[in-house]
Parts: sequence; structure tokens; C-alpha cells
Amino acid sequence: MAFLDKHKKIETNASLLLILSFLVVTIGGLVEIVPLFYLQNTIEKVQGVRPYTPLELAGRMIYMREGCFYCHSQMIRPMRDEVERYGHYSLAAESMYDHPFQWGSERQGPDLARVGGRYSDHWHVDHLTNPQSVVPESIMPKFGFLSQNMIDGKYIADLMRTNKEVGVPYTADEINNAVADFKAQDDPNADSAGLLKRYGKKVNVRNFDGKPGISEMDALIAYLQVLGTMVDFSTFTPDATR
Amino acid sequence: MTTPHPQSHGKNDPGTTGHSWDGIEELNNPLPKWWLYTFYACILFALVYTILYPAWPLPGGETAGVLHYSTRGAEAAEVKAWDKQLAPLQKKLDATKLTEVKNDPALMQYANSAGAAVFRTNCMQCHGAGAAGNKGYPNLLDDDWLHGGTIDAIYTTILHGVRSPTDPDTRAAPAMPAWGESLKPVEIADVVQYVLKISNQKFDAAQATAGAKVFADNCVACHGDNGKGNQAMGAPNLTDAIWLYGGDQATLTQTITNGRAGVMPSWSGKLSEADIRAVSLYVHGLGGGQ
Repeated sequence: MAFLDKHKKIETNASLLLILSFLVVTIGGLVEIVPLFYLQNTIEKVQGVRPYTPLELAGRMIYMREGCFYCHSQMIRPMRDEVERYGHYSLAAESMYDHPFQWGSERQGPDLARVGGRYSDHWHVDHLTNPQSVVPESIMPKFGFLSQNMIDGKYIADLMRTNKEVGVPYTADEINNAVADFKAQDDPNADSAGLLKRYGKKVNVRNFDGKPGISEMDALIAYLQVLGTMVDFSTFTPDATR
Repeated sequence: MTTPHPQSHGKNDPGTTGHSWDGIEELNNPLPKWWLYTFYACILFALVYTILYPAWPLPGGETAGVLHYSTRGAEAAEVKAWDKQLAPLQKKLDATKLTEVKNDPALMQYANSAGAAVFRTNCMQCHGAGAAGNKGYPNLLDDDWLHGGTIDAIYTTILHGVRSPTDPDTRAAPAMPAWGESLKPVEIADVVQYVLKISNQKFDAAQATAGAKVFADNCVACHGDNGKGNQAMGAPNLTDAIWLYGGDQATLTQTITNGRAGVMPSWSGKLSEADIRAVSLYVHGLGGGQ
């Protein structure tokens, strides 16, 4: 094959080699990446998934800061034993507003993808403050200091803008009311009509840690209590062929 | 393409590739046969794999593969296989009145095993692995029940939870108010002594007498005239030695001053009907069931 004999020309010409290598890698990349944008089963539409409220978003940052993902995954795999233990397997759409997603790969602790609503707020306070007080077998470290760190949502609008940059559809209305929504969600006596209008009626509005003021504990529990609760699986059945 | 080279190896000479760098030549040795055939086998495997399993992205969607495999489908098939075995028992459990399950030993055995598994997965985090409870999370082994210890009451509590913020049918037990907002500290100290009295602990007689009036004015609506509680309101019996948060003077003062409102999550929608019935029967059978 005469055309194969030409490889000497390529091997002895660095620029030509570079250009042709780039072409080959480009074709490989296109074949692997482009289908992800048009294949329907990679972008399953799911009702109910919404961007995090300002307080939940702050809780998510604390979750990441404390490295919860080192021990807790947020990805229930489609296997019977996982589904029996944790609930319906995770859908890609459920982490579509997570930047970065918290799927994780380590499970020193249980999966948290559907921990929302499984335990009371008070349990979360007890458990985060001293895990062994409620689960003696636990090896989780104590996070009681979160109760001492008060937060005011000063930078939460900036954080929402940053999330918007990478694709979370926060509206101008949501960003302008970020601090008000941040405070309203932790106060059952506050006027939360705006918060519920912007993020939906299912938003948990209550004093999460039962103590005055908004602490990191409040934010983290607000985040934990919404995990996996956005999709209503009594009305949604994922396509099993996907 | 092979050309002879100065250090010929005679009959087995592989020749050279014709490449020469400053007189150094590249021998044209063949690839080891085992390696070459493994390589071909890998290519063949990859081709067969892409035919059997979902693989090639096409404009209308990816090829589904001859086996029509998907991880979700595999999970559904596994669940279906187990359902086939368990469905008769689960259906029977759903259809049998909870009070009558005990008349069917095979069904009761299933309920107990399934209930134990559900308990260890979902309930032990609060109530403890042995169901002995924790401070603020009731002991399920004794015969003192906040919301009723009959099998039907236990079932309702598990299905809808207690003060669950997400379930409109939850047990609407009123929260214990924070009396620190409406009573004077001395009144709280007095009523603490009265509660110590009716629960047969050491108490101060003078303070307890004053506390009896505070109790009659504020506490009887939920805890009853004699302090024996009211299960319909989830108000605990104050005359026994069983305490959810603690019955000593310091804890009582804290409870009365700040109030209490324990929450049990609603399990409706999180667990199947059969699982909720099974764990109800399991909890009922732990020793305290009425």
C-alpha cells in the first residue's frame, strides 16, 4: 500500500505530525461528545427539580467545605439492594443544578441522595453535634461548631450569580431577593410568600436548628432536608430502557 | 521492504525496516504471535460487544444492542424477580387486618423478618439498633406509649409520622409550649417540684403545693388532672418513671421553659404499604405492644 509508505514524511515533519494528530483527536472527541447533546436519553426531562434556595445553596457550600462527600455519596445506583435501602435510584436531572455534583465514590457513611425528610430536624442537630449520641456505632466526626457559626447571607447573591454563569437558571427576581429569601426560610413567622412563589410550595420553611438566628447548622440541615425530595415518584416513572 | 544489513543472522534474519539513523538500523522482527492474536481477539470482542450492547451513537439515537440491556432494565428485572417471590405474602399482608396477622404464623414470620430489616435500615438511627430509644427518641420496648401502643396506632404513627412537616395527615399532637414566655421563673420552679412529687421523686413540699395550682391552671389541658397524660394529644404520662427527655429537676425546668416538640417523619411514600405494615408488626411485637 503505497499510501502507508508516506508515513516517513509525517514522522520527519513535526508540524505535519502535530496537525494530523490534532485532527485525529478532534474526530475522536466529536464522536464521543456530540451525541451527548442530542441523544434524548442523556437529557431526561423530570418534573419538580428546581434550583436550590439561597439557604439550601449556602448549606451545600458547607457540605462541600466540610468534605462530607469524602464519606457520603449522593448517587443511588440502579441496583435492587441500593433501591431497597435508599429509595428510588438517582436520576441525572436530580443533580442538574449541582456545580459540582456530589455523586462521590466513597461510602464510609451511607448514601445521602434521598436523606431529605427521612429524619427530623432535631435529629440532624443531635446527630451533627454528636453522632454517637444517637448512633453509637457511628464513626462520623462531630460538627457541633456549625451551631456557633452565624451566617447572614451577605455573599449569597454573588454565589447565585456564579451558579447562573455555569447554567443554573436563577432569575433576576431570585437574585435580587436572595438575602430576604435566605432569612425567610429559617423563620416560620416571616413572610415567606415570595420565597414560596419563587421556589415552589414544597420549600421547607422552619427554624431548622430550633435556635434563634441563622447558623451554618440551619443552612446545612435545610440542604440535607431537600436532598432527593424534589421529584415526586408517585407521579413519575423513569423510562426503564434508559 | 526488508533489506539485508551488515550483521546478517543467516536463515532467520528478519531483515530491517529500511530505517537507518546514523548507521543504526531497525530490525523488522515480527510481533510475538500470542500478542498479535490477543490483539485481534480484543478487536473482535469489541465489535461483538457493540452489537450486543448499546453502543453506536446515530443521528436518531444510539443502537440499543441485540440484548437490549440497560442498567435500569436490569434493576427492574431483579426487582420483578423478587416481587414474584414476595408478592403473594405482601398482598396477603396488605389485605389482612393488622390485628389478625398473628393468626397466620407464616405471614407473621414474614412480617417479623421484613419488619426487622426495615427497622434496621430506617428506624435505628433515632430509636437505636435495639429499639431502646435515645434522649428525645422514644423507647419502643416498654409499654409506655405517647400516641398509643395498639397495632393500629403504631401503624398510623409510622405511616404519617408525628408533627411531620411534610404530611398533612400527620399526628397533630400540639407542641409542648415554651412556658418560659408566659410563666414566671418561680412558677416554673414550683411546677417542677409538683411534677417531681407526682412522679414519686424527692420534692420540696411547700413549692409543690404552690406548683399544684400552676399545674391545674396550665398543664391539665394536655397532661390531665392527675398528670397521667393523654395519648390523643401525645401528652406524656408524668407520674411514671419513664421520661423522653429526662425527669430530673434540671431537665424538667429546661423542658417546661423551652417547650418540646419531637418530630417523627412520615414514611408514607417512602416505604411500601407492606413494609410499613411489617415494621408496625415488628415494633408491636418488641414487647410493649398493646
